[in-house]
Amino acid sequence: MESLLAPFQYDFMQRAFVAALLVGVLCSTMGTYVILRKLAFIGDGIAHASFAGIVIAYLRGIDYYFGAAVVAVVTALGIGFVHRRGKISLDTTIGVLFTGAFALGIFLMSRQRNYAIDLESFLFGDILSVGRRDLLTIVVLGLVVALLTVVLYRGLLYTSFDPIVAQASGIDAGALEYALLVMLAFTIIISLQAVGIVLVAALLVTPAAAAYQLTTRFARMMALSAFFGAVCAVGGLYLSYFLRSSSGATIVLVATVLFFAAIGVKQLKRRLARRA
Amino acid sequence: MIAAVELTDVVVKYDDVTALDGATLTLHAGEALGIVGPNGSGKSTLLKSVAGLLRPSSGHLCVFGESPLALKAGSIAYVPQVEAIDWSFPATVSDVVSMARFPRLRFYQRFQVRDREIVGRALEAVNMRDLADRQIAQLSGGQQQRAFVARAIAQEPRLLLLDEPTTGVDAATEEALRLVIRSLVGEGLPVLMTTHDLDRAADWFDRLMVLDRRVLAIGAPGDVLDSGAYSAIREHAHTHGHLRSDIAR
Repeated sequence: MESLLAPFQYDFMQRAFVAALLVGVLCSTMGTYVILRKLAFIGDGIAHASFAGIVIAYLRGIDYYFGAAVVAVVTALGIGFVHRRGKISLDTTIGVLFTGAFALGIFLMSRQRNYAIDLESFLFGDILSVGRRDLLTIVVLGLVVALLTVVLYRGLLYTSFDPIVAQASGIDAGALEYALLVMLAFTIIISLQAVGIVLVAALLVTPAAAAYQLTTRFARMMALSAFFGAVCAVGGLYLSYFLRSSSGATIVLVATVLFFAAIGVKQLKRRLARRA
Repeated sequence: MIAAVELTDVVVKYDDVTALDGATLTLHAGEALGIVGPNGSGKSTLLKSVAGLLRPSSGHLCVFGESPLALKAGSIAYVPQVEAIDWSFPATVSDVVSMARFPRLRFYQRFQVRDREIVGRALEAVNMRDLADRQIAQLSGGQQQRAFVARAIAQEPRLLLLDEPTTGVDAATEEALRLVIRSLVGEGLPVLMTTHDLDRAADWFDRLMVLDRRVLAIGAPGDVLDSGAYSAIREHAHTHGHLRSDIAR
């Protein structure tokens, strides 16, 4: 029993669990919109682009979060603008912009003689190094996103299902899309330390995709996705302690297993329904 | 009295392509105006412009004397073609119809008993009350169309725009939709609707308009169908094979 509780006895582990829980719930709640509005590629793009911001912030001695936030929000709004106005297809734009920004980050980093190791932690995540200040940032930005999720709930739901009719009925679909992209940018930034740039897309997509298999109502999908996100993040971190594995990778692998389990449950339900 | 919809010399362009080229028309309260024309004649463009989804590059477009964008939320209900939607979205029929109430609700306002009653009546009007809890992915084409009309009704709009609501639906559904919409028109709602079906135009509409990027004819359905404008687009349709009545013959 004592050994099962072992991970919780350290301060840094407690902070890591709180951070994992918050990030898991937030990412997978936003994931509902990511899945239904087919924004998975955008999430990945914003995460990669923010790497340039982190490197610039590091070189200038500014706060990482601030650097990442500026680049992530600018990228998100830029993608939104191209999406609505542009004559170039969206996936092409994201493909060009995010690889460009990511390369800029690597370029700047490579020119430094003795670049710091903790930049790598942003690629693959290092949740065990979450300090008090990091946790505070996660809580504050997380609260902003949560508040916006509540305030914009109906508008985002309607425009996710039928943006044209929603717009005709007087809902500002364009403003809501920009708001969603900014929420997505904030979510990604606070997730970077936990799961890293490379894996954050998985946390945005997989729990929501699993929930999508199991329900036919929007609100239930969102609640179930948030629950799955919490289970993956906390469960993955817990397992990683005993397996001595990378926490970010373990969290994503737990989510992947959960996704296939959800598909299995769906198939089973279908078969039982057919027999009945 | 202010006209429900008033267009004067409206031009709408997509980049270099002119979709509407100087359209002029007036729609009054309690009137159903049908729009016919070959594919690419600007029918959907006209509806989208009136809905405020497209901005005319020139001309004058007013809905109840104002720009469509200046109207109070919930004023215009638009029923698009059903193919425009991803029907695997996690929602029931009742969820979709309930969305029509969203423009009127602030985020802190709960869905009221009255909203629920309005949704129920809208479902009743299109004969879908027993399908209220059905997942939308499981609806037939005709049921999808009826669900969209129910959503438009539940919005309690001041103006109703319908884009070919009878395409791909069976005769019974079409008649059900016609009765619902005629009764709304009877209550004073102005309706603008595109269609391919010329045979029943006189049952559906008070006036009929022939559109081919510009308004070729407008008037009582019988008169318009007898006029040269109608045979002109029939010729056009013969070469392109779009009009349903031509296919039927």
